[in-house]
Amino acid sequence: MDEITTAVRDYIIREYLPEGDDRQITEKTPLISSGIVDSFSMVSLLRFLEKKYSIHIPDEAATPEAFDTVERIATLVQRFQKAEVGSV
Amino acid sequence: MSAPPSYEQLSANFSWSVAERQLGYRPGAPINIGWMCSDRICQLGMSRKLALLWEDYQGNQKRFTYDDLRTLSNTVAHFLTLQEILPGERVCLFMDRVPDLYIGFLGILKMGAVAQPLFSAFGDESLFVRLADAKTSAIITQKKHLYKVRKIRSQLPDLRHVVVVDADQASLQPDEIAFQMEKTPRIEFFAVYPTTAESPSVLHYTSGTTGLPKGAQHVHYSIVSQYLTAKWVLDLRPDDIYWCNADPGWVTGTSYGIIGPWANGVTQAVLDSGFNAGHWYEFIEKYRVTVWYSAPTAIRLLMKEGAEIVRKHDVSSLRHLASVGEPLNHEAVLWSEEVFGKPFHDTFWQTETGCIVITNFPGMPVKPGSMGKPFPGIIATVLDPKTYEPVDHPGVAGLIALRPGWPSQIRGYWNNQAGFQARFKNGWYLCGDRASIDPDGYFWFMGRDDDVINTGGHLVGPFEVESALLGCPAVAESAAVAKPDPINMEVVKAYVTLKRGFQASDDLELEIMNHIRKRLSPLAMPQEIEFVDALPKTRSGKIVRRVLRCKEFHEPVGDLSTIMDD
Repeated sequence: MDEITTAVRDYIIREYLPEGDDRQITEKTPLISSGIVDSFSMVSLLRFLEKKYSIHIPDEAATPEAFDTVERIATLVQRFQKAEVGSV
Repeated sequence: MSAPPSYEQLSANFSWSVAERQLGYRPGAPINIGWMCSDRICQLGMSRKLALLWEDYQGNQKRFTYDDLRTLSNTVAHFLTLQEILPGERVCLFMDRVPDLYIGFLGILKMGAVAQPLFSAFGDESLFVRLADAKTSAIITQKKHLYKVRKIRSQLPDLRHVVVVDADQASLQPDEIAFQMEKTPRIEFFAVYPTTAESPSVLHYTSGTTGLPKGAQHVHYSIVSQYLTAKWVLDLRPDDIYWCNADPGWVTGTSYGIIGPWANGVTQAVLDSGFNAGHWYEFIEKYRVTVWYSAPTAIRLLMKEGAEIVRKHDVSSLRHLASVGEPLNHEAVLWSEEVFGKPFHDTFWQTETGCIVITNFPGMPVKPGSMGKPFPGIIATVLDPKTYEPVDHPGVAGLIALRPGWPSQIRGYWNNQAGFQARFKNGWYLCGDRASIDPDGYFWFMGRDDDVINTGGHLVGPFEVESALLGCPAVAESAAVAKPDPINMEVVKAYVTLKRGFQASDDLELEIMNHIRKRLSPLAMPQEIEFVDALPKTRSGKIVRRVLRCKEFHEPVGDLSTIMDD
């Protein structure tokens, strides 16, 4: 879980946080409601997660609520990692 | 209490002079939107009335009365005058939905300059083309967006001033100015510039099929339409708490997120936050929102979150619901009736119309999925695409067309009158959309008539996306087209051929997506990239997007005789 949290947080800081924006991104920082990630950019974040963790997150699970913090994203990834394992 | 006038009663013998009288405007006299939305409301005895209830995603709150609007907009106007900004010059507002944006808008208009609001999520390239085209003199922004301005400033010789609303001077570069509106001594009296009906007011950029975005030039007289449509269509009443979801970077956010409600002296609530269903319902409950103007994409996202979350909140204050940006599907109308006890009323208009032109009028039976009927005083029809004559059979598709001449119609595209004139045929203004009209006179949207992509209610020009795609080292050629989407109606899809030496991969797809998101904006980012060996072209080498769009929509491609054989 910690590895996922760190990887997601680092990716968001690198790809989504504006240059010069010195906000600290913690596990609980709102991402969608703060505007750091919006419903359109969620798609590229989703692609990143699916690729990095070799999982498929269905549309109905990829809601703005589920993407609103690093913590929730990590939980989502973990849930679908288990689903992938279970389906083998 | 007597029933409000019906659509038919208001349509009979309609004249825009109704609005002129209510606004106290005499034809030929000065008219200034900034003054109309602040000083005039104070003169009507509403100085202490709340004009703006503001909250951000962290729960920080601010409240402004109409007298605050008046004095703070004076303060902005005075500051800009001191910077030697001249009437008619373009001043860009590049901010999130903070009070400085809303009040700054009025201040710019009060000193006679032209407000150029731009969506703060725009990347540096989107920002650059719009500032360069408008020869913008000043930009007012926040510290968080300053890095985009700094990247492009050296290429913008007309941009004399960069103003930052939330920074101290010590933290800025020498050629940047700190201006913290609320910390600056308020200006009680400011001599409002005597703009007249045809004086330029707002410059909104909108995307077309060809070329870069076009600056839609509005004038101060637009307030006549915006005031009356806000009153009649959004059904704004003196005691309302009104919430418009739109960002003032887009026309809905200025026509109905600033001008319409404040010209009516209504209290409006603004939530500076991204989408969060729970937070949105809390906001409605907390501020007792009565009129809510939203968008189909947001409504569909709310539907996705379910009805249970609505029941956890008291949203009984809601009296009237309306929607804009793209067609509102009938499922969304039925859902809102189920969970809110009332339907969302679809409204149709665009940047160029400046105000709602076709709508489901309050009190008129809502046909779920329909656009409604023309606003009183708006003559609308659908035209045969070959003859440009009105289609005289109900249910037959045609091009949506309006008879020119309503107050808020744009007066042209900035530096592009030829492009503006091309929008007219046979004395009709063509909206660029297709629809049919049923026997009861209701319009039914059918789709765009061009290659522009309507995603989440915002228009994205394929040319702009394709140009940015060519900035990716791997991309040889590209075509951006609309792809159907259950939430956003359409999203951007890119077809790409690669340069020699590059291989298609998931990594490359993500790299290209992120490139466009940062350079243009998240909504212009292709949600899917398909790598192909070749793009369909005419014999003269022009890429034919139509073929790719039809493929996405599973529609027949039609005549392919001009396409290259290979």
